[in-house]
Amino acid sequence: MLVMEKNALTEEIEGLVKKYGATRSSLLPILQELQKKHQHISSFAQQEVARLLDIHPVEVYSVISFYHFLKPNYVGRNIVRLCKTIACDIAGKDSIAKALERELGIKFGETTKDGKIMLEYVNCVGMCDQGPAMIVNDKVYSKLTPEKAVEIVSKLK
Amino acid sequence: MEKKRVGPVIFSKYNKGEGVKKALQLGRENVLFEIKESGLKGRGGAGFPTSTKWMLTAAAKSDEKYVVCNADEGEPGTFKDRVLLLEYPELVFEGMVIAGYTIGAKTGIVYLRGEYEYMKKSLEDYLEQMRKDNLLGKAILGNNDFDFDITIRLGSGAYVCGEETALIESLEGNRGEARNRPPYPVNTGFMGKPTVVNNVETLAAVPHIITKGGEWFKQHGTDKSTGSKLFSISGDCEKPGVYELPWGTKISDMLNLVGAKNTKAVQVGGASGICIPKSQFDRILAYEDAATGGSIMIFNESRDMLHVLKNFMEFFVEESCGQCTPCRIGNVKLLEGIEMIEKNQYTFSYIKQLKELAQTMKVASKCGLGQSSPNPFLTILENFSDEIFNRNANGGHNGR
Repeated sequence: MLVMEKNALTEEIEGLVKKYGATRSSLLPILQELQKKHQHISSFAQQEVARLLDIHPVEVYSVISFYHFLKPNYVGRNIVRLCKTIACDIAGKDSIAKALERELGIKFGETTKDGKIMLEYVNCVGMCDQGPAMIVNDKVYSKLTPEKAVEIVSKLK
Repeated sequence: MEKKRVGPVIFSKYNKGEGVKKALQLGRENVLFEIKESGLKGRGGAGFPTSTKWMLTAAAKSDEKYVVCNADEGEPGTFKDRVLLLEYPELVFEGMVIAGYTIGAKTGIVYLRGEYEYMKKSLEDYLEQMRKDNLLGKAILGNNDFDFDITIRLGSGAYVCGEETALIESLEGNRGEARNRPPYPVNTGFMGKPTVVNNVETLAAVPHIITKGGEWFKQHGTDKSTGSKLFSISGDCEKPGVYELPWGTKISDMLNLVGAKNTKAVQVGGASGICIPKSQFDRILAYEDAATGGSIMIFNESRDMLHVLKNFMEFFVEESCGQCTPCRIGNVKLLEGIEMIEKNQYTFSYIKQLKELAQTMKVASKCGLGQSSPNPFLTILENFSDEIFNRNANGGHNGR
């Protein structure tokens, strides 16, 4: 990581700490914003958050490792999360999954070579009456068909 | 916004701001009285009396108290809070204001699950409107000694954070691991201060109770389960969705209502709930019989119940937070047992041991997750043993 990039990240984290307050209870909102902007929370970012909140870096890592949506490593620009819980499962999530895998040439848990899209499964997203459903970044799509799902994913930049 | 839904309590007519206004007129004591009179119990599933929770928090001495709205709706098959937050935010937020007034809190926090991040903007806009209407902020509706405001905090994808002490840990910036109880949040909650944690639907019932009276609320439902319940109905039926029905509704009547045909099983209470076979469809939905936080999943004759069970157990293996042994290891062992049945590599003596393990988990797990995750394992194996243990003789379910 370049020094300039590091400085920019530090500045950004200082801004977040100022916005949410330098207390432990601000940890999740800070990590969530970092995750949203950078699609992961790098080890340097973790150390800076720890320093500014005056906690041990391992505490930050421990929290990141606990929550499904916080990631210590870069996984891709867009995260596509397909619901795999039973209501979406019986509504046909398998055919959506296969269509996406075929189209993108990757399996679930993997990222496309250009780093654009990561596919992953997620537990119940609360769209059980409109399954199959998926969340792309923070947008939810329901009543999917294989064709519709592929169309949504192919529009991602 | 014109409301399209109809129902006896939650979806009945309500004028914005009325609940808060009436509560401030009644005073704290009378608000508590009405809530107690109504018999309202926690709608998340556990069914703890709301008035007791509020009274204990109101009685706790502290300079700061908190009202937390549990919008971490993660139970598979539940989506009623999604509907409430998107279509009836006034009920939920006013319920929080009334709770804050009653217990003496100045701060309300909505813990919104990460999967619902797409709602955050519209909810924040609504809160801003409430501030303009003086339903939030300083000196609410001209009442000089009552300030209250609400912030929204997001979860980050962890089912266990729906457990109230895990939720508080998460708010404090920690891993969402459940605490030992006691002490309870009513005296040692968020930041160690007295905290009321209520489900979205519980809070949404409050403005109705305050405006129409506890006596009116009690007219709906059964003696032990007063009022109505929002049911999130999904699976094999013609009209899935959110329905408001009085407590005490028969399962068979509910199935007719939603157009469910050839139903084999109904999972009541989500993945952590119980599986009810056709022979018991005359049971009623109520705290005293088939209790539920509202999740109803319908399975017709074509479904493979072992597949359903496996899906649930995979869910629990992933979502167990791992801090206590019965839940961390127990769920893995139950899932392995299911895979053995799938591959026809089981013995009945081992299945019997697993059932004993399931009972142990119910007693020995630290929080509600591990205490209830064996429910589908026990009820599906018991109620569908013919189908499950004969599957391999038939070449697997549906010949697969």
